[in-house]
Order: sequence, then structure tokens, then C-alpha cells
Amino acid sequence: MMKWRNCIKTSSITPLSITVILTILTASLIIFNTAVQAKTFVYCSEGSPEGFTPALYTAGTTFDASSVQVFDRLTSFERGTTKIVPGLAESWEVSPDGTVYTFHLRKNVDFHTTTFFTPTRKFNADDVIFSFDRQRDPKHPYNKISGGNYEYFVSMGMVELIKSIEKKDDYTVVFNLTKPEAPFLANLAMDFASIHSAEYADKMLKAKTPDEFDQKPVGTGPFVFVSYQKDSTIRYQANETYWAGRAKIDKLVFTITPDASVRYAKLKAGECHLIPYPNPADLEQMKKDKNINLMQKEGLNVGYLAFNVKVKEFQDAKVRQALNMAINKQAIIDAVFQGAGKVAKNPLPPTIWSYNDAVKDYEYNVEAAKKLLAEAGFANGFETDLWAMPVQRPYNPNARRMAEMIQEDWSKVGVKAKIVSYEWGEYLKRSMAGEHKSLLLGWTGDNGDPDNFLSVLLGCDAVGSSNRSQWCYKPFDDLIKKAKLTADPAERTKLYQEAQVVFKEQAPWVTIAHSVVFEPMNTKVVDFKIDPFGKHIFYGVDLKE
Amino acid sequence: MIQFLAKRFMQIFPAFIGITLLTFSLVHLIPGDPVELLAGERGIDPERHAEMRISLGLDKPLPIQYLQYITNVFKGDLGKSFVTKKPVLKEFMTLFPATLELSLCAMIFAIMFGLPAGVIAGVKRGTFFDHSVMAVSLTGYSMPIFWWGLLLILFFSVHLGWTPVSGRLSALFWIDADTGFMLIDSLRSDEAGAFKSALSHLVLPSIVLGTIPLAVIARMTRSSMLEVLKEDYVRTAKAKGLSPARVIMVHALRNALIPVITVIGLQIGVLLAGAILTETIFAWPGVGKWIVESINRRDYPVVQGGILIISSLIIFVNLLVDILYGIINPRIRHTG
Repeated sequence: MMKWRNCIKTSSITPLSITVILTILTASLIIFNTAVQAKTFVYCSEGSPEGFTPALYTAGTTFDASSVQVFDRLTSFERGTTKIVPGLAESWEVSPDGTVYTFHLRKNVDFHTTTFFTPTRKFNADDVIFSFDRQRDPKHPYNKISGGNYEYFVSMGMVELIKSIEKKDDYTVVFNLTKPEAPFLANLAMDFASIHSAEYADKMLKAKTPDEFDQKPVGTGPFVFVSYQKDSTIRYQANETYWAGRAKIDKLVFTITPDASVRYAKLKAGECHLIPYPNPADLEQMKKDKNINLMQKEGLNVGYLAFNVKVKEFQDAKVRQALNMAINKQAIIDAVFQGAGKVAKNPLPPTIWSYNDAVKDYEYNVEAAKKLLAEAGFANGFETDLWAMPVQRPYNPNARRMAEMIQEDWSKVGVKAKIVSYEWGEYLKRSMAGEHKSLLLGWTGDNGDPDNFLSVLLGCDAVGSSNRSQWCYKPFDDLIKKAKLTADPAERTKLYQEAQVVFKEQAPWVTIAHSVVFEPMNTKVVDFKIDPFGKHIFYGVDLKE
Repeated sequence: MIQFLAKRFMQIFPAFIGITLLTFSLVHLIPGDPVELLAGERGIDPERHAEMRISLGLDKPLPIQYLQYITNVFKGDLGKSFVTKKPVLKEFMTLFPATLELSLCAMIFAIMFGLPAGVIAGVKRGTFFDHSVMAVSLTGYSMPIFWWGLLLILFFSVHLGWTPVSGRLSALFWIDADTGFMLIDSLRSDEAGAFKSALSHLVLPSIVLGTIPLAVIARMTRSSMLEVLKEDYVRTAKAKGLSPARVIMVHALRNALIPVITVIGLQIGVLLAGAILTETIFAWPGVGKWIVESINRRDYPVVQGGILIISSLIIFVNLLVDILYGIINPRIRHTG
């Protein structure tokens, strides 16, 4: 003790040394504080991902946990829109005949360094080739891994479309297509087209653990995967060397919370920053809560009633028009969607380019409907069936209730509809086979391209599968086929708008609603943008102190 | 004794086969095609549909599928999930510790409060306390779990802010799940406050899950105490001038506990299999929720495998109890 005291006494404490010590102390405190107060963003997600390789799955929950945070694609959608912007491809050229796409890849892009993998090289053309060949080549060593079902790749027609993929040099990749396909760039921005590390795949194959490749993802995206505890939490860390700039938050945690009421309770208790899919019944209360910011946007979907045009009573367009007029859509929106929906007049949602706002919807008019039915030879009405889905979907939160309201409306014009329902898988299967007379269903867009609605749901090629009306109308089909082969967006817009007019005249559907997506979040959350595809993108999001 | 054991083991075998047969047929009887569910609104062409059925092993006739399944089960292979493509046994092992941890805590809560309440109610029969315990336990027994859970969350977590709403650990702690038991993992980690967080996350789910067993234990203890208190040896003990506490705790309770312990054993089985609702409300990553979600997705291997493991566990626990009884009471050994 004496020695210490003497030491202090004898040492020369100058004002300068005190300043230096204080500066070091303050600096270390600041560093310590920032280390402690890492910005952790907690997202209370609605379910568990099926896995982490997006190409193997189709659920939005899986994409939120994998492709959206961990991976990039050659092209991307601008955040909050359906506009195509460069991703891992800096630029591209399309040959005049529309069948050759040359992509120039971004240089100096790092794959994630994790506890289970350290990359030795940067992203290059080999990774692009690997990511697509796995899905299209049955002999590829990874093709059969993890079940090997590439539902999106197959159903978007990529198997027939891609003739070959060539590596011109390390940073140039050429896609040769079998035919011109205007939505191709949009398809490449979809989740299934996420780019994986070929080096990591090789390593896992050599270690004889290729399954792990699909459970522990390595990408180039804004967040690095850290760990997943099944049905509980997923953890990510900001990618320090992200090519587009580091994320504003440091850590991202998905807390899996399947029940909507519990998610809301967690948001109120400050345990989550953002929750998806709130209960419609809670929306009013959320709007009043000062600590909650309730954002909303029209969803990229459509809920419809499809007439099976192969059935005798629905063959005449007049009958379909009459039944369109007989439905009070606004009443349905009010009762079934409780404010979370808008009346639909086109088979496309208004957020998609080429939406034709000039189209006039059938007005609710019982008398006019009766008159039209009489003209078609059904003055006394007829009996039919109306299928109602057994599940809740964003485009139709209560199909049973909707069917009852339509049943009631139709009975006023003499049409007696019997409501039919099956278990969901059975419902989809039977309706694809055309066993129904009329049915309720809907669609959520995949790539923001009008073709993804009009061809998939109403094209002649989709009869017997996703075209539930079984409606194959040449004038309409010619328009959408021509649009698909046209590269010029202005020309395509014109063709799709024309197609929407034809659709309305022929009325194979009653277009019912587009849902409104709600995203409740803590008021500390800054710069969140609602994604038209319903995904949850946390790159670009910040937390206020 | 050996004969008794052999007999018991012989009985397990048909029970085991019965369970596999029952779950297999029930799962396949539910309408709905897993392939259609995987494809969704988009639909799937017949050729691709057939391909996928082959890849999932659903193309063969049901009896053959069953034979293949049971052969694999005996080899220790419960199959892979249709959805996650991971081995069922591996998924079960990652989720089971969460269920076990919650069930044990719920049981401790139920015994800690149910047993004393039952004893006092039995001793103070007909008093206000007795009536209150019986009324509360009846309410607890008939309480809809979902409603009860949400009520507790809204009051304790949202209104008072005392307990976390759901999950197993605060999102601020990054802990590796080595054992899967969050209390143990958080103790082993270096992060200060993690154990406290894990413990506080257990409070509400344990109360909710433990409510019904608590009610059952309280009522059982009370009626068992009433029976025993009427016995001659209790009267003798009282006549000998022993203190009331000694009469109740030593002479009466020890004998009254036998049926209570049987009930507790049965309740553990119920807890392991029946935590589904509690797991859903509290976003607790356990096996109950996993199996229910798999039924909705028609994920056959998970439903079959999950039910098989849980039933085997219950059969095993019952066998242990039987053997213990046989050791304690030779009469059971001979008549069994």
C-alpha cells in the first residue's frame, strides 16, 4: 500500500497524461457500448422453414428464411416493387430474336464465411452454372439430394425453356433458350433461381454430407446464416462485406410463433419488432396503439369464382355475365375481408404493370341479371354447385362465408347453388380434373409478370391444371401468347390490356377481391417496405434508438 | 419373476405392431394427397404427379407400403419427412427435450400445489377451504387451455410485463442447443442472465400445462385422504396420543399416496403426448405441435414415426411401473 502511494506521489501526473487516459477510457467505453448494443432485429415469423435451399420448396415462410435473407439472384426485384433490377448480374444483353441472354456477373462478391464453411474464392460463373444445373440435369450429383423436387423450376417451364447454359469466362454466362420468353428476367429474380456456392457444394459432397448443404445455407446475401433451432429460432448476422453495402441492423432473429394472437401479444410486450399475418379482428386495436405502426398495401393476388365453361349451363357467356351482375361484391368484401380487401375487376392485381384500369366491372343489378338469364334460355334459373375452399388463404379468408353470400345472391335470380367442399388436397385435385361446376379459388403472383396470372390461370395450355374454368378462348389466348414472345414492355402492356378487355366480356370468372396485406411493427422500425410478393425483406431496415 | 417378465415382454410385441398398424391405416385413411398439397393452387400434371408419388414411395399398394415401413422400423429407420426431407428420428430427438423439459416443470408445479391442497382439503373436509379447493380444481380441470394460456399471457406478460410472452429464451441470447434442455444449455453458456431468461420463459407454459394435472392430483389426494382417515390404524394412532401432524403426515399420507402416485404416472404420459395446445400458444418447439402440423401436411412418415416413438415411451413407462409393482407386491406378480 505504501509503495503504491509513493508511486503516485513520485510519478509526475501532468494534465496531458490525464487527458490521454480519459480519452482512452471514453473511447473504450464507446467501443464497449456499441459492442453491447448491437442492433438486434426480432421478427416473429409464422412458421418453420422446410429447409434452406429455396429451389426445393414453394412456401413463402421458407423463402423468408432462406432466399430473402441469405441468397442473391442474377436479377432482383427493387425492394417494395416488382421492377427488375440487376442483382449478381451487373448487366445483360438479349439477342434480337429473344433466345440468347448474356449476363455479365458482378466481380468481387464474397460468399459467406461461417462456422461450417470458409470460402477460398469469390463468386463466379461456376456458381451460376451449379445453381441451375442442379435443378435441370437429372445426372447432376446434387439433383436427387433432399428429395430432389424442384417444383418452381418445373412449373415455371424452365426445363423446356433452357436449352443450355454456357460459361464464356469467369464473369460471363450465356443462357440459350428454346424460344423467346419475355418473363425470363423476372423468373430469374424468383427464389428458386438463388445462387449457391459451388465450392461449398463440392466440399459437402466430398465430406459425404450433401444433405447438410440444404440445411446450412451459404449465400452471398445481406445476412449470414448462424443457426436454426427447429420450430424455435433462426439466427443471422449482417454480412460485413455485402456487395450492396452492409445491412443497418447487426443481428436478425426469427422467433417462430405460429399463433397470430400470441404474435400480437409479443409485439405489444416489445418482444418482436415486426409480425406477419395479424388477425383481421385485431387490426382496429393495432391502429389505435401508439407503439405500433400498421403498414398496409394491396397484395399481389386475386380471389375469384371460376365457372367451369365445359358444363352445359355455363357455356353461354350471357349466363356468366348475368351471374357476375347478380353478386354484390362490396357486401362480400365488407363481411368476409373486414376491411382487408378490395373489389377486383381484373384478373390481375392493380400493383402489376399492364393492369387495365379502363375496364368496367359488371354492376350489381338483379333485374339486368334476370333479363340476361332469360335471353340465354334460363328464365326460371337452374341448379348448380358452388365449391368453397376448406382453408383460409390471403385472397379468401373465409370461403365458406363467401359461398353462402353468393348462394344467397344467386337465389334472387333463380339460380340454386349447392355448396360443396372437400379436404384441401382433394379440392385442388378434383377441381383440376374439372369435377366442379363453379368454384372459389385464388392466386398469389410469383414474379410480378402479368403472364404469371393470365397464362397460368386462363391460358389454353393450363386447361386441365391451373386453368380451373377450363376456358380456352382463342382471341384471348392469341393475345397472351403474342405478349409472351414480345420483348418490348410497351407493346406487351398493350396486348395484356386488350386481353383483360376480352376476359371481361367473356366472363369466365367473377373477379372478387384483392386482399390488403397488413404489417404491424414497433414504431422503432425504420424504412421497412412492404414487399408486393408478401416476403419480409430486412435488408435496408433500421431500428431507431 | 422371470416368467412374469417374459409374459410382460410378450405382451409388448402385439401392442407395438398394433400401434404401427393403427397409425399407418389412420394416416392413409385421412383424405388428401401429400403431392397435391405440396403443389398447391398451381396444380401438377399427371406425369409429374406420378413421378413424385414414386419418389415419396406412395405408388405401391398399401399392404406393401406397410410391410416396407415395418421392416425399416425394425432396422431403426423411421423414414424421412416429406416436407423437410430430414430423418424422422433425428427431428424427434431435437424436439423431444423441449417437450420433456416443459412436461417435467409442469408436473413439478402440479405436485407442488396439488398435493398440499388435496391433503388440507381432505383433513379439513367440509370447510370453506375444502369447498374452495374443489371449486378451483374443477374450474382448472374444465378450463379451455387456449383461452387460459392467452389470458395469462395478456395479464402477466402484456399488462404487468413480468414474464415473457412465448418461446424458450430471449432473442438477445445466442446459445447453442447442445443438450436441447434450455435450462441446462443456458447454465453451461457464458452469457449472464441466460438461465434466468430460460427459467422465466418456463413459468407460464408450466402453469398452463400443469393446471389439469394439478386439479386431478388435488382431487385424487383429497378423496384418497378421506378414505385413509377413516381407517382403523389412523384412529389407533390418534388414540395413542400422537400429534395430529404426525398422524396426517406419517400414518395417513403415506398410505394415501399410493393411488396418487399411480395417477401422477399416468399424467406424465398425458403430458408428453398432450402438450400440443400449450406448445402452440407458447410457440414451444416440442413434439406435439410437430405431429399436428405434420397431420395437416399429410407428412406420413412424421405422423407415423412420432406417434410410434411416443407410444413406445408410454408402453415402456407402463412396463416399468408393472415391474415395480411386481417387485413391491408379489400378489400382482402371480395374478398378472
